[in-house]
Amino acid sequence: MSIEVESLSKHYGSQIAVNAISFKAVPGRVMGFLGPNGAGKSTTMKMLTGYLQPSSGKVHVGGFDVLTQGLEVKRIMGYLPENTPLYSDMYVKEFLNFAGQTYQLMHLSRSVAEVIDRVGLGPEQHKKIGQLSKGYRQRVGLAQAIIHDPRVLILDEPTSGLDPNQLAGIRKLIKELGQDKTVILSTHIMQEAEAVCDDVVIINQGNIAANSSLADLKKDQDSEVLEDIFRKLTA
Amino acid sequence: MYAVFKRELFALLNSLMAYITIGVFLLAAGLLLWVFPDTSVLDYGYAELNGFFSLIPFLFIFLIPAMTMRSFAEERREGTYVLLAIRPITEWQIILAKYFACLALVLFALMPTLIYYFSVYHLGLPAGNIDTGAVIGSYIGLLLLGSSFTSVGIFVSSLSKNQVIAFAVAAFICFISYTGIDALGKILSLQSFEGLLNSMSVNAHYQSLGRGVLDTRDVLYFLTFDVLFLSLTHFVIGGRKW
Repeated sequence: MSIEVESLSKHYGSQIAVNAISFKAVPGRVMGFLGPNGAGKSTTMKMLTGYLQPSSGKVHVGGFDVLTQGLEVKRIMGYLPENTPLYSDMYVKEFLNFAGQTYQLMHLSRSVAEVIDRVGLGPEQHKKIGQLSKGYRQRVGLAQAIIHDPRVLILDEPTSGLDPNQLAGIRKLIKELGQDKTVILSTHIMQEAEAVCDDVVIINQGNIAANSSLADLKKDQDSEVLEDIFRKLTA
Repeated sequence: MYAVFKRELFALLNSLMAYITIGVFLLAAGLLLWVFPDTSVLDYGYAELNGFFSLIPFLFIFLIPAMTMRSFAEERREGTYVLLAIRPITEWQIILAKYFACLALVLFALMPTLIYYFSVYHLGLPAGNIDTGAVIGSYIGLLLLGSSFTSVGIFVSSLSKNQVIAFAVAAFICFISYTGIDALGKILSLQSFEGLLNSMSVNAHYQSLGRGVLDTRDVLYFLTFDVLFLSLTHFVIGGRKW
C-alpha cells in the first residue's frame, strides 16, 4: 500500500509552511524525509496522518483519501509523533493494551507481548511510562505505532535522543519493518538516512529540493557523501 | 470507544484529585445535611430532603468542573491528543468517552448520599414517612443536572490548555445557567420575559423534577442542553488540529 501525495500545501496566514509538494512512497522501501529544522517535515507528516488539515492538495494512503476516508486510513497506519507524547501516568503494558484495544485487535495480550519483545522493552515493561528514560519512551512510542501491524508507517524523528547502542537497535528494527511495509521517516541526521533509507526526499522551506532513490541522488549530484548533497541543496 | 472510556475513567481514579474532590463533596454534603443548624434536617424537624437537594447543585458547580477540567486541557498541554486522533475512532467517540467517564465519576460521588435517604427514612415518625417519589425524582434530576454540568465542563476544557482556567470558566457557566437565568427574569425591566427565561433556566427544570413527576419536557431540556454543549465541543475539536 503506497502513499501518494499530490501538490500538498499548508499555509499559516501568509506564511507558507509546505508549498505544493508531491511524492510517492512504495511498499518494501524506506523513504527518508530530510530537511533542515523548520523545513516543513513534521507539518507534512501530520498532514499525511490526517491529524492536520492541508490548505490544499491530496494525500492517498493505500487508495484511501486521508481527508474523506480517515478511519480506513487510520486502521492501516501507524504514526510516531514528534517528541513522542505519551500518557505518563499509565504503565507500559497498560498503555499498549489501550493502544491495541482502539484497533480492536483479536489477540490483544499476544500482540502486546510480541511488540514489547520486538522493540526491546522487556526489562522495562512493568514500569510507569513517566519513569522511563528518553530511549525507552521512544520505544514505547514505536511500539504503539506498530502494535496493529500497520501497512504504512510514519515515523517523525524516531531516533532522537537515543544512545549509539539503542540507535543501532532501532535502525535495524526500522529496516526490518521496511521490508514489507511502506515506511516514511524524518530525520536530520544524514548518517541515519544513509544507513536505513532506500529513497530520499529532501525538503527545504516547504519546497522539494530532491526526490529520488539514494543511489540515484548520489549519482546525479556527483558526490558520495549525503551530508554534502544535503548542504548543497538546502543552504 | 470503550477503550478510551476505560482509560479516562482509570486516569481519573488513579489521580488523587478525584478522591479529594469527591471526599470534599461528601463532607460538605454531610455537614450541610446533619450539622449546620441552618440547613440541618435534625433541626428542621421534617423527614424530607428538599433542602439537601436544593444545596447539592451548588456543590456540583464546583465538583463537576474539577472533574472535567483535565479532560481536554491536559491532553492539549501534553500534546497527547494525537495519540487518540490517530486511532480509528471518531471525534464523537472520543468526546463521548470522556463525557461518560466524568459522568461515571459524578455517579460515584452521588452514590454514598443514598445513605442519607435511608437515615432520614428511618428517622421519620413513623419510620418510612418520607416522600420516596420526590427523592427518586430529585436523584434523577441531580443526574440530569450533573450530565449538563459535565457537558459544560468538557466543552470549556476543550477551549483551554490551562486547567485552572477550564475550572473557573466552567464553574461560572454552570453557576449562570443554574441561577443566573432565573435571576435575570426577576430584573424589573425584563419581567415581561420572565416566563420565557424561566423555561430556559436549569433551576426551574430541576425543581420540577424534584416534585417527583417525571415530565418529558424537563428530561428533554437537560438532554438538549447536553447535546448543545457536546456539539460545541465537537465543533472546537474539529476545528482545532492542534
